[in-house]
Amino acid sequence: MLTYLSKRLLLALVTLVLVSFIVFLASDVLPGDVGRTILGNFATQAQVHALDVKLGLDHPLLDRYWIWVSHFVRGNWGTSYTLQVPVFGLVMRHFLNSLILGAFALVLIVPISITFGVLAATHHDRPLDRVISVTGMSMLALPEFVTGIVVLVVFSIVVHWFPVSSSVPVFSLPSIVRNLFLPALPEMVLIFGYVSRMARAGTVEALNAGYTRTAVLKGLPRHRVMMRHVLRNSLLPTITVVAVQAGYLVGSLIVVETIFNYPGIGNLIYTAATNHDQPVLQAAVFLVALVYTLSNLAADLLYAVFNPRVRLAS
Amino acid sequence: MSELRSADDVLSVSNLSISYRRRARAMRVVSDVSFSIRRGEAYGLVGESGCGKSTIAMAVMAYLADNALIDGGSIRLLGDEVIGARAADLREWRASRVAMVYQDPGSSLNPTMRVGRQLAEVYRYHDHVSWDAANASALTMFERVQFADPRTILERYPHELSGGQQQRVMIAMALAANPALLILDEPTTGLDATVEAEILDLVEELLRDIGTAALFISHNLAIVSRLCDRVGVLYAGRLVEEGPASEVLHTPHHPYSIGLLNSIPHWGATKDHLRLLPIPGDPPALGQIPSGCAFASRCAIAEDACLAAPPPLAPCSGVHSLSACLRRDDAADLAAVVAKNEAADGPAPVATPVRIGREAVVEVTDVIKRFSAHGTTLTAVSDLSLTLHRGEILGLVGESGSGKTTLARTIAGLYRADGGVVRVGDATTRSRRERASFLQMVFQNPDTALNAKFRVARLLGRSVKRLNPGLSADERQAKVLDVARSVKLQESHLDLLPGALSGGLKQRVAIGRAFTGDPTVVVLDEPASALDVSVQATILNLLVDLQREHDLAYLFISHDLSVVRYLSDRIAVMYLGELVEIGPAESVMRPPHHPYTEVLLSANAAAIAAGRARIRLRGPSPSLANPPSGCRFHTRCPRSLGELCATVAPPMQVADAGHQYRCHIEPSALATLQSLRPDAAAARDAETTTDTDATTTRSTRGHS
Repeated sequence: MLTYLSKRLLLALVTLVLVSFIVFLASDVLPGDVGRTILGNFATQAQVHALDVKLGLDHPLLDRYWIWVSHFVRGNWGTSYTLQVPVFGLVMRHFLNSLILGAFALVLIVPISITFGVLAATHHDRPLDRVISVTGMSMLALPEFVTGIVVLVVFSIVVHWFPVSSSVPVFSLPSIVRNLFLPALPEMVLIFGYVSRMARAGTVEALNAGYTRTAVLKGLPRHRVMMRHVLRNSLLPTITVVAVQAGYLVGSLIVVETIFNYPGIGNLIYTAATNHDQPVLQAAVFLVALVYTLSNLAADLLYAVFNPRVRLAS
Repeated sequence: MSELRSADDVLSVSNLSISYRRRARAMRVVSDVSFSIRRGEAYGLVGESGCGKSTIAMAVMAYLADNALIDGGSIRLLGDEVIGARAADLREWRASRVAMVYQDPGSSLNPTMRVGRQLAEVYRYHDHVSWDAANASALTMFERVQFADPRTILERYPHELSGGQQQRVMIAMALAANPALLILDEPTTGLDATVEAEILDLVEELLRDIGTAALFISHNLAIVSRLCDRVGVLYAGRLVEEGPASEVLHTPHHPYSIGLLNSIPHWGATKDHLRLLPIPGDPPALGQIPSGCAFASRCAIAEDACLAAPPPLAPCSGVHSLSACLRRDDAADLAAVVAKNEAADGPAPVATPVRIGREAVVEVTDVIKRFSAHGTTLTAVSDLSLTLHRGEILGLVGESGSGKTTLARTIAGLYRADGGVVRVGDATTRSRRERASFLQMVFQNPDTALNAKFRVARLLGRSVKRLNPGLSADERQAKVLDVARSVKLQESHLDLLPGALSGGLKQRVAIGRAFTGDPTVVVLDEPASALDVSVQATILNLLVDLQREHDLAYLFISHDLSVVRYLSDRIAVMYLGELVEIGPAESVMRPPHHPYTEVLLSANAAAIAAGRARIRLRGPSPSLANPPSGCRFHTRCPRSLGELCATVAPPMQVADAGHQYRCHIEPSALATLQSLRPDAAAARDAETTTDTDATTTRSTRGHS
């Protein structure tokens, strides 16, 4: 278990270093000059150059990378070029908003997806299974920008059930549902596709496994067979998928948050990219990558905790 | 069989017929089967794969696949009908009336639950006791199945147990609720011989003590004859013979049973004086069972009447057996089965030319092979030396983890030795291609060894092209036909994909491919182990014929000592990566021999049937990563001397001309020790005695 753990941690660390470099490189090669973007079209070339020097942009790439990283890990994420506020607070505020949206989507859809996946498996190859499987597959094929626009048009513009632009909810159920349901819907559609499919596949396999046969032929009650023998094994891979999806979710919010004008990290990344706001862009993208890596790590750990084979390996 | 049904029956199956539906077509797999098992009786159901024996077991458990359809008949368990029973009744009957032990204990246990909990569940949900009481009962049950340390086993997960321990857990679980009937479906297939022997000892003892009736399903006649009171022989879904075990196995009254018995090398038989007799032809395909006797097309004594309707199972005169053969009472007819099968098969056995002492074709000197994984290094083969001579068959035996496959693969060049020298061929054998045409390998599983997307002609053709680069296209074509003929494939087989061939035919293609370059040496890694016994006989005969014809040397690996003894001129025994014994086959089989060989012999069911003493291994199998000091076998050796064996690596002792074993005990002393066992002393005589009493049918053939 310990070797497994340290291996995963090391791997996560390597991933993060690589990601940080790619993030830095990518935002660096974005078209347009930083000084020119900040000062506007009427500034002289000398003024632009002076600003570039002040921002340290005349140093070699690797030096700048090192400076950025060493500041970043100390919590000094710099100042936004366009908003002139500390990046740390700005990114964190938006990040928290995204977490609220993501958590809402997950909490609502994961139990539903698992239930339907297991239901499909217990009705393997019968009509109910066909309906659930085909629905799940179709949902997988729907990108967020399509579902996002469709639900926006239908629910906000045609029937006016939800606001066109979502904001962060206050802590009350109507406010939460009113503000979060619509932007969460496109994500939920995708997650349902993945998770129900995974739960179905795992459960079909477990239902046909030798240990399930043993459990049934031991004369155990059906609920005991299902809970302790089938689901305990079949949902192992599903847990992994959910954890990975959680990370993916935060990253994929860019589209949805932009469509619904929700003040999350996706929205921030979009604005920062269009405004060439390098410090904000780097920090936000890196944070998303961090969440993604951590959720993958969490997936591996959860899998180990629930799987004695991994847990007890010396 | 209504006369057999009585109030004392634990299980009575009558006129049971089962089909499987596949693509809207119903395929009959079990036809009109009737049998019953009395209280405390052990009943053996024998047959080859696809004969319907597991389907019958699952029908009794009321756990048939969704596409299975019971066409008729009845299954009564302690008088109550199982077919169509309410789910609540079934739940109650399972475990408490009937319980089952499966073929593969590894996959039959829940990997995410401690085995103690899995056992305790039975008590919890059948006796409705508290978890504490259930756990206490589980501990008692683990003691009954003779775990050395039952308390720690309770806390283990399945993957932390060996195959033998897993099967013990399964047996404990099956017996937990005191069932009236225990179904054992090939419970030892896949286990090592010594573990198999332990499990069978345990089952035998428990059945005797508890008085539970048993339905024992197996393809292994020797095991069935050891454990069962009565035996039923299934062929193509029908019971073709039934009777007391000793009668069915020694004086069979159905041509199929006779054929089955003559397919396996009985204990002591060798290729030089006895040819195996495979049953000609193939069993009918699923769903294509003919209207008459299903065996008629393969039967040497079939007549027109056999094709009209399936003959009923009826008593034979003078014995207790029932047989479904119209000519069941004609002894001369039944004896003719053997003679006619013999005539149909091929050349008679010939006496051995001298095979030992010719030039070496493979020389292995001090070879070491290590594997590293997860920071630990296993030495799978350590300091091993042996020589394979031109034209000889060297049998290699040892249990899983002994390193026999690693050695074979190292010799074949699939692994690079980490130390020592493997010399294959002579000075002219240098390039990979020269080596490949000199030495070829046949693997256990032809399903994975053959590319499923290539037709047989292409599979053979590629190999012909690669190993015979000088040939023209026409010559290559001729060579493919030639090879196909030599492994008894028909020309029509050449156009088929491997998926369309039976297991036996696939293995013939694999063997044919190995022979395309006219090799001098062939390494055979369990080439017939995955096949049914009658098909195994065909393959073994084919291998013997090819060997004689081409003066080949074989390195033949098998876990089945009867087969190795039958085929080999010399036998090498491996234990934990070391060669512990090597010598002429007959010399290795009798004392003095290595104590490990002694244990292997006494674990062999056929040898036990022939009256061998039962000597069992002590303790668990040590890990290759951390082999015991001194003699590697000392932790489990029945002949251990204690301190000396535990500290000093033993020398090679010379028992006989060309027969060496690695032990501290000198040959004369070891011979005395091993002869102290009355039945082991008779080992030399056992060959002749078993020949005469193994099967009387066989004795009609004599030793030509």
